[in-house]
Amino acid sequence: MINQSIDTTSNKPTNVVIAGLGGMGVLKASDILADVVFSAGLDVKKSELHGMSQRGGSVSSDVRFGERVLSPMVPEGEADYLLVIAEDQVPVNAWTLRAGGVLIEPSQIDESSLPNKKSVNVALLGVLSCHLPFSIEAWTAALRSNLPEKLHEANLQAFSMGRAIGENAGQER
Amino acid sequence: MNSLRQQNELSLVSGDEAVAMAAIDCGVALGTGYPGTPSTEILETFAALGGRAQWSPNEKVALEVAIGVAFAGARALVTMKHVGLNVAADPLFTVASTRLDGALVVVSADDPGMASSQNEQDNRRYALSAGVPMLEPSDSQEAYEFMVRAVEISERWHVPVLLRMTTRVCHSKTVVQRGTVKVAPPGETHFEHDLPSRVMIPAYARPAHPRLRKKLAEMAAWNDEDGPNQLIAGSTKLGIITSGVSFHHVREVAPEASVLKLGMTYPLPAELMRSFAESVERCIVIEEGDPYLVEGARAACIAVEGKPESFRFGELNCARVRRILDGDCTPEPKRVAGKTPSFCPGCPHRSVYTALKNLDCIVPGDIGCYSLGALPPFETMDTMICMGASIGVGLGLRYTLPPAEAKRVVSVIGDSTFVHSGITGLIEMIYNPPESGHVVVILDNGTTAMTGLQEHPGTGRTLAHAKTGKVVFEDLAHTLGIHSVAVIDPILNFEKFQETIQECLNKPELSVVIARRNCLLANRSIREYERGNDQPID
Repeated sequence: MINQSIDTTSNKPTNVVIAGLGGMGVLKASDILADVVFSAGLDVKKSELHGMSQRGGSVSSDVRFGERVLSPMVPEGEADYLLVIAEDQVPVNAWTLRAGGVLIEPSQIDESSLPNKKSVNVALLGVLSCHLPFSIEAWTAALRSNLPEKLHEANLQAFSMGRAIGENAGQER
Repeated sequence: MNSLRQQNELSLVSGDEAVAMAAIDCGVALGTGYPGTPSTEILETFAALGGRAQWSPNEKVALEVAIGVAFAGARALVTMKHVGLNVAADPLFTVASTRLDGALVVVSADDPGMASSQNEQDNRRYALSAGVPMLEPSDSQEAYEFMVRAVEISERWHVPVLLRMTTRVCHSKTVVQRGTVKVAPPGETHFEHDLPSRVMIPAYARPAHPRLRKKLAEMAAWNDEDGPNQLIAGSTKLGIITSGVSFHHVREVAPEASVLKLGMTYPLPAELMRSFAESVERCIVIEEGDPYLVEGARAACIAVEGKPESFRFGELNCARVRRILDGDCTPEPKRVAGKTPSFCPGCPHRSVYTALKNLDCIVPGDIGCYSLGALPPFETMDTMICMGASIGVGLGLRYTLPPAEAKRVVSVIGDSTFVHSGITGLIEMIYNPPESGHVVVILDNGTTAMTGLQEHPGTGRTLAHAKTGKVVFEDLAHTLGIHSVAVIDPILNFEKFQETIQECLNKPELSVVIARRNCLLANRSIREYERGNDQPID
């Protein structure tokens, strides 16, 4: 048996919820984010329910990271960031967001200017990346390792577009 | 295998992937199973990492094959979802009393909250009922370590071990360090004749039962002293006994509490639980699903508080754990309903249900993507119980309904489900034919679509998509003695498909109609596998 005394560190983890519909790359986006965090040497937990996700139903994925993460699920009302890939899924997932949390949604980007329309998930990660302390290199590496080579260029462009939008929004504030 | 990148020997992997890594590190000789969410990725990952893995027609066969492996002195892993263990329960209960030479680890992946299942059964009850020791990991690191410990326990006591996981443990990704727990390399395989230990005729089974109980008593004592349990000394005011993923919710919600986290939950470490309960003012058990630990504690006369009944249903999370601790039974907040899944555009199941709806059929159904036929816009599938039930239920309806209704009954079953449990139903139909005849439609989309496009004996390809023996449904139906067998593409020849069903319904005969068209999601891969398998080998 392992005997352990109580842990007094209480650094709260950062909570991200990524949501959308099956087939939009919700799980792919959360995989990319989790890899970025993992490569930065932080503790990370990523959790979702699979199953019917490929059949167009609602899908969401939780990513939590920090010095130490306990529950793999983002507690209700504690998401610091809610990234929603389908506009109509915003009300479905709004309960996860804390007061003052950041909502990232597709209306923030111009889908028609994306090189590949399926890259909305990655463009929104670009927006999210402006809020998080990870290097562009880490994001680029995670994008490359999670996507097949033929999709690299389109997704790197989508990420840069999202990042630019996020940076501009940050300056306006 | 992007997710299996290594970094300082650490990797960010799911519980399923962690079990596969441990199986590789333990030298597991064979992994068997039947696909089922949330267990499917274990064997897929094991194969991708170089392990020998194969899908069986169903969980019963998978377990029987694994028993053979363990009788040969090697290490075997069997994976299934919780309801799969119902199918494999017959061999499980008896193999528990035998003497294994190698190791046998049975993964049961439970689905509290039913993300993708037909019931919410708590398979910890199986460990108790069958007398099989059980480990419950709470995250990927423990999934890795407990798989190794399971091999160790199995070989030490020569018994099967249940590795009971849940959806959140199977599918959450957490950081894993490999090699933290080690087991001696597997021994040489050989066959040792030992009839009294392996032939469970009554004369040999009678002494085998007390032998098993003696082993379980030894394991309970070992679990008290050296089991994979964890004690966190905190406040003496509040003590929490927990297991599985609930442990992490507990630590987040009540960081000040003392916690006894059980890793081996059968046989229970009763003395450890007793001394823990006595060391705190309030001792409460927080567990997902049935009150299994609560009942175990109370049976051992340990005073513990349980959770209110409403928390038996669904998964636990931080908010629900807080409510349990606060004794808060007020209604939980209702969430905005998400979008329900639906058939893909161009899915062949759409055509099948369109025809059955047009013909006003009574449709006992089965388990797979085509279960979506119960939802709008079709609402055409009338029953769903378990794998293969469509045929038996259909026959029962045919035997008893008034003739005008009986002749409208059509059983629908998918290709993988048919192989799993439909063939015996078909034999029942031939042996006990209803007066009105019967119609079975096999929805053959060339893959186990629902669980993520796995192969099965009807595809003629192995788990790794290599060419192998193939069960041809129309040949099988003919051979069994069904004269009316048709194979139709329900999209390409929709009219003919509907007419054929109509004709079959009109005659008092036994018919099998195979609606054959590849799943859209699998079609490209299937063609690639077929091209690859047709290449001559240099």
